[in-house]
Amino acid sequence: MSEVLIVPTMAEMLSQGKQPEVLFWVGCAGSFDDRAKKITKAFVRILNRANVSFAVLGTEESCSGDPAKRAGNEFLFQMQAMTNIEVLNGYEIKKIVTACPHCFNTLKNEYPELGGKYEVLHHTEFLKSLLDDGRLTIEGGQFKGKRITFHDPCYLGRANNVYEAPRDLIKKLDVELVEMKRSRANGLCCGAGGAQMFKDAEPGNKEINIERTEDALETKPDIIAAGCPFCNTMMTDGIKNKEKEGQVKIMDIAELIANAQDL
Amino acid sequence: MGYLDSILFAILLIIGFGYFFINIKKITRNINLGTPINRKDNPKARSKNMAMIALGQSKMVKRPVAGILHIIVYAGFIIINIELLEIIIDGLFGTHRVFAFLGTFYNILIASFEILALLVLVAVFAFWIRRNSIKLKRFIHKDLNGFPKKDANYILYFEVVLMSLFLLMNASDLHLQNIPGGFSHFIKAGSFPVSQFIQPLFNGVSSELVMLLNELFWWLHIIGILIFMNYLYYSKHLHILLAFPNTYFADLNAKGQLSNLESVTNEVKLMMDPNADPYATPVVDANVVPSKFGASDIQDLNWVQLLNAYTCTECGRCTSSCPANLTGKKLSPRKIMMDTRDRIEEVGKNIDANKGIFVPDNKSLLNDYITPEELWACTSCNACVEECPVNISPLSIIIDLRRYLVMEQSAAPNSLNTMMTNIENNGAPWQYNQQDRLNWKNE
Repeated sequence: MSEVLIVPTMAEMLSQGKQPEVLFWVGCAGSFDDRAKKITKAFVRILNRANVSFAVLGTEESCSGDPAKRAGNEFLFQMQAMTNIEVLNGYEIKKIVTACPHCFNTLKNEYPELGGKYEVLHHTEFLKSLLDDGRLTIEGGQFKGKRITFHDPCYLGRANNVYEAPRDLIKKLDVELVEMKRSRANGLCCGAGGAQMFKDAEPGNKEINIERTEDALETKPDIIAAGCPFCNTMMTDGIKNKEKEGQVKIMDIAELIANAQDL
Repeated sequence: MGYLDSILFAILLIIGFGYFFINIKKITRNINLGTPINRKDNPKARSKNMAMIALGQSKMVKRPVAGILHIIVYAGFIIINIELLEIIIDGLFGTHRVFAFLGTFYNILIASFEILALLVLVAVFAFWIRRNSIKLKRFIHKDLNGFPKKDANYILYFEVVLMSLFLLMNASDLHLQNIPGGFSHFIKAGSFPVSQFIQPLFNGVSSELVMLLNELFWWLHIIGILIFMNYLYYSKHLHILLAFPNTYFADLNAKGQLSNLESVTNEVKLMMDPNADPYATPVVDANVVPSKFGASDIQDLNWVQLLNAYTCTECGRCTSSCPANLTGKKLSPRKIMMDTRDRIEEVGKNIDANKGIFVPDNKSLLNDYITPEELWACTSCNACVEECPVNISPLSIIIDLRRYLVMEQSAAPNSLNTMMTNIENNGAPWQYNQQDRLNWKNE
C-alpha cells in the first residue's frame, strides 16, 4: 500500500521540542503480528484523520512484561517494566493509549507502584473521548445494518470494568449490535490470556477459542468485533476451524471505524 | 422447667460454645500461618463491600434462582436466631416465652419466624432437588466426590431437622396454651400461622405427654443448634461466619492488577543501578530468612488467601465459569480453594501434634495437592473472581504457585521459556528484532 501514515516517534518529537497529546503504545502484537499490524494502522489512520497529536516510541518500545508476569516470571516482568518506565518518564509521558488490553492493564495497574504513573486508555476509550469531544465523527458506511457481536476482552472488561466504550462506538456505526449469551462481566475468555497465547493448551476435550467462537456464531453475526489483538487471533482461528471465514469477519473496533470511512 | 434442667442447660451451653471457641481459635491460628498483607486501608470501601456482598448478597442474586433461595435460608437463619435468644433465656431461668410482654409485636415476631421457617423448609427442599435430583453440573462435579458431597446434604438435613423441631415446639406449645382453663405455665402468647396446622396432631394426646414432647422438642432444637454450630468447622459451611471478614479484607484493586513482588523489586533495582558495586559483599542478616519467590505451600500464601480457603462454600460458580474447566482441562478454581483448605488443616494438625511447631512432612500444596498441569491451564481471565459470591480469588493463589514454579524451579513449559527468552533478548514474546518495531509504518 502506498498510503502515507504520519507516525512520529517520541525521539523525533523531542528533537523538534514538541510534546504530543498522547503516546500510542503499539505493543508487540501491534508491531509484529501481521493481523494486528492492520489494527495498528487502522488506529493510526483515525488518529491522523482526527488530527490527534500523538507519537510512538518506535524502537524504544519493549514488551510491557504482561505475558512474563502472568507466566509467573516476576523478575522479567519488573525488568521490562522498569526499563520501559525509564524511557516513558524520560519523555515525561502523561497519557498513553494502546490497542492491546494486556498492555493497557499492565501499564495502568501494575506500573504505578514501580514508578510509572500515567493516564492509560484503551483505544476504544480514547476514540470514545474523541467522539464525545466532537473531534471524530463515526459513520456506518459499508457496515450500516450489519449484525455485529462484540467479544469482551477479559483484560478490558472484567479486569478493568470497561464495557461501554467499545459498545458505544459500535452503535455509532448504525449496525445491529447483538450480545452473546455470555457477555460483559460474564464474557468467556478467548483462551489467549495468562500467557496461554504462547503455549499449547493442557489436555482437555475442546479448545477455548472454539467454545467462544460457538458463543459468537450463535448470534448469527456478520462481524465479530474485537478489541484485543490476541482475541482477534483466537477468534479468527475459531472461525477458520468452523469453516465460516467466508461469512463472518473478525474485526477490531478501530478497523470498523476506519474502514467505514474508507480511511 | 426445674432447677436441674437449668443447670443441665447451662452446662450444655458452656460445652457447646466452649468447643466452638476452641475451633475458632484454631482457625485464627491457621489463618495466621499466612504471610502478612495490609488489607486495613480504605475501611469505607471495605465496609461497603461487606454490607453489599456479604450482608446484602448482591453477588448471590446474579444467578437468580439460587440467589433468592439462598436469601430465604439466610434471612431465616439470621432472623430465627433472634428467637434463639428467647429460647436461651427461657432455658437458663426456667421462664416461658419471656418476651411475651411485647404483646402484639411479639405476635408479629413469632408469626414471621414461623413463616420464615416454612419458607426455609421449601428452599432447602429446592436445594436438595438441585443437588440430588436435577443434578446440576457443578454439584455433581468430581471436585465434590466423597465427603464434600455428603457434607452439602448434611447441612440441608440439619436445616430440615432444626426448622421442623422449631415448628413442632411451637405447635405443642400452642396446643397447651389452648387447653381450656390453662395448663401449667403455658400462658397465651404468640401467633402461629404455620404450626396451628400441625397442632391437631396432638389432639387426643394427654396434656402431660404433650408437655413432655414440648420439652423434648425444645431440648432437641437447642442441642441441634449447638451441634450445627460446632459442625461448621468441619464443613464447607464456615462461610456463614467468614463471608463477612472475607468480603471486608478482599482485594480492592482492579481485578486485572496482580501484586508486584517487593522482594523482586529490590533485586531488580539493584541490578539496574549503575552505581551498584557488582563485587560488593552482600550484607547478610542472619535473622532474616532468604525470601522465597512465589508460593509452594500454604505458609507462603498471605493470610487473606488462607481466609479465602476457609470461607469457600464449594458452590462451584467459579468452576462452572472457568474457560479451562469448561473445555475439559484439569483446572478447577473450586478445587484450588478446597486443596488449600485441606492443606491448611493438615499443617494445623501437624502443629497440634508437635506441640505448636510445624515438623516438615515432605509434602506441599504444590504437587501434592495442586499439580502444575492445573496451574498452567489458567488463562487468568478472572471469571472465577468475578463469579465468587464472597470475593474469593483463586487466581491469586494460581499466580503465586506459578511464580514458585518459574522463579524457584525454572519449571515453566518449554514454549513459555522460549517466550520469556525472546522478551529478554529482543523485548518481544516472539523472535523479532526490537529495531524492526516500527517497520509496520512503511509496509
